[in-house]
Amino acid sequence: MRKVVVLFVALISFAAFTSPDAKEILDKVDRNMSSKNRIFESSMIIHGRRATRTINSISYSVGNKKSFTEYLSPAREQGTKMLKLEDKLWIYSPSTDRIIQISGHMLRQSVMGSDLSYEDMLDDRKLTEVYTSTLAGKEKLGDRDVFVLDLVAKVDDVAYFAQKIWVDAERFVPLKQELFAKSGQLLKRTEFSDVKQVQGRWFPMTIVYKDMLKEGSGTEFRITSIKFDQEIPEYLFSKASLKK
Amino acid sequence: MIRFIFKGVIRDKSRSLIPVIIVSAGVFLTVFLSSYFAGVFGDMIDLSARFTTGHVKVVTRAYAENEDQMPLDLALLEVGSLKTQLNAAYPDMEWVERIHFGGLLDVPDENGETRAQGPAIGTAIDLLSPGSTEIARMSIQESIAKGSIPSKPGEALISEGFAQKFAVSVGDEITIFGSTMNGSMMFKTFIISGTLNFGNAFLDRGAVFIDLRDAQLALDMEDASSEILGYFNDGVYNDAKALQVTESFNSSYNVPEDEFSPQMMRLVDQNELGQYLSLAEHMSSIFILVFVMAMSIVLWNTGLLGGLRRYSEYGIRLALGEEKKHIFYTTLLEAAIIGVIGSVFGTVLGLAGAYYLQTYGLNLSGMMDNVGMMMPAVLRSKITPELFYIGFFPGVIATVFGNALAGYAIYKRKTSRLFKELEV
Repeated sequence: MRKVVVLFVALISFAAFTSPDAKEILDKVDRNMSSKNRIFESSMIIHGRRATRTINSISYSVGNKKSFTEYLSPAREQGTKMLKLEDKLWIYSPSTDRIIQISGHMLRQSVMGSDLSYEDMLDDRKLTEVYTSTLAGKEKLGDRDVFVLDLVAKVDDVAYFAQKIWVDAERFVPLKQELFAKSGQLLKRTEFSDVKQVQGRWFPMTIVYKDMLKEGSGTEFRITSIKFDQEIPEYLFSKASLKK
Repeated sequence: MIRFIFKGVIRDKSRSLIPVIIVSAGVFLTVFLSSYFAGVFGDMIDLSARFTTGHVKVVTRAYAENEDQMPLDLALLEVGSLKTQLNAAYPDMEWVERIHFGGLLDVPDENGETRAQGPAIGTAIDLLSPGSTEIARMSIQESIAKGSIPSKPGEALISEGFAQKFAVSVGDEITIFGSTMNGSMMFKTFIISGTLNFGNAFLDRGAVFIDLRDAQLALDMEDASSEILGYFNDGVYNDAKALQVTESFNSSYNVPEDEFSPQMMRLVDQNELGQYLSLAEHMSSIFILVFVMAMSIVLWNTGLLGGLRRYSEYGIRLALGEEKKHIFYTTLLEAAIIGVIGSVFGTVLGLAGAYYLQTYGLNLSGMMDNVGMMMPAVLRSKITPELFYIGFFPGVIATVFGNALAGYAIYKRKTSRLFKELEV
């Protein structure tokens, strides 16, 4: 009997020692997903109800405060640029040579008919800064062991009040994410795949976004190249660079 | 006999004045309110037909399911050939294309950057083709507050409220930012040619009107439109004809497996207008029913009072040998004459009131800032042929019926007790 008790206590202690707590998991996720700065090229494949479109772009970002994106193709989008500084977003249209600031309810609109909103693009904060987390369990997702975390917003200015996130137990990258409104309604589902090691960190190179309130098969976001901690000229993050 | 009774009614005011006033008031209310509701409901339906529903509307099935969101990606394609086919199949109707889109109206400062912006609801109609009927149909010319209707591509009309809010006026530039039919970003700069004031919050809120061709180019909608609206050439909605056209079109064009196949809807199938139309049609019947019932009860009561007052008169007439049946008959005849006089007065007054409201209307534009439905800002009644008899017959019937109920007491009188009663 004593042996059983000792074994049980040992197992509990081992489990407690090997399973990190929710905060620790989220910290590790942030370390993989956030960086001082990054430059990436991507293809956004938008599956509409009538047709599928692919939009290619290059993005430069510094922390979660500054980012600059230039659309490269197709011709209709070529030259369109987006600048994000703090919580402000500007779009430059070469056809009208105008810089338009996007604000208010427009931030909730879809970007180029995709399942992503401008608000999604703006909010790039670390998860630990925005959410408190609890570990809901451990399960298998495909062939990967994952931690399931429940996140609840601890700040007011957040697009999604709650999240459920499946984190790869070995690589600490999210593999699936469900985003909820305060009412509990599921608003978006995101699936991460093609996880690769880039400059010492694990990073998902393909992300599929699905706006649950709209029909269609979602938007695929493929990162074709990504570089972390690069030299990015400061002038890029100014309104003047939009018209260049 | 009639002349004799008529003289009695005219000379003995105590016998006729109150019933005539009651009947006149009831008939007046029936005529006036029937014309008012016919006018208001008629105007609401007409306004909806002209601005949103048409007499019939063709859209894709997918668009119809999400119409509130103005989903351009679900719009009709190859509208040119579809319109040609519609014109050939239904020559007694006019078919027009329209595009509805949402977006952001952005006002630039001197550096081309955002000075002000707000959500806009865009409507693209044929503004520039010579002979376009859309300007008249949507009362654009009458609604111009400043400036003029666009005369060339690249011009737009915006609501006067928008212009005041953003401090822009005729000749200034605005940029409309939104999504094209394919989901691409749409930026298009227009010059304001004029401002509009429909006097209806539903129409004026964030309204931007541009030419159809401009919209097709800006929104990547070459040979596409949100909808095709059909209007009967006489301008009057005919539900039986609309049903016939709709059934014949849908049997030929609507493919259940294809959510993008065109489908046609009648005016009454959209925006709960069927309920309004039905309500407008039944409102007169409801008034008449309520009127006949209420008036009958009131006149029954008046008849009873009159019967009591004329108790001795009936007693003497019975004592002189007049038959109960004849007294009852003359009472009814008297009631009919009173009913006719009251109904004529009531109908004339009701028509006069209706004519006044039809001509001058009741302007409620100041109270409609937050109205979320398509309602005319000036409420007007409508004089229809049925108003000339709609209150008249119920007025006469109610009077006769009320007096018949009261006069029935004549049959309860006992000849054996008459002299005893008359001594009192």
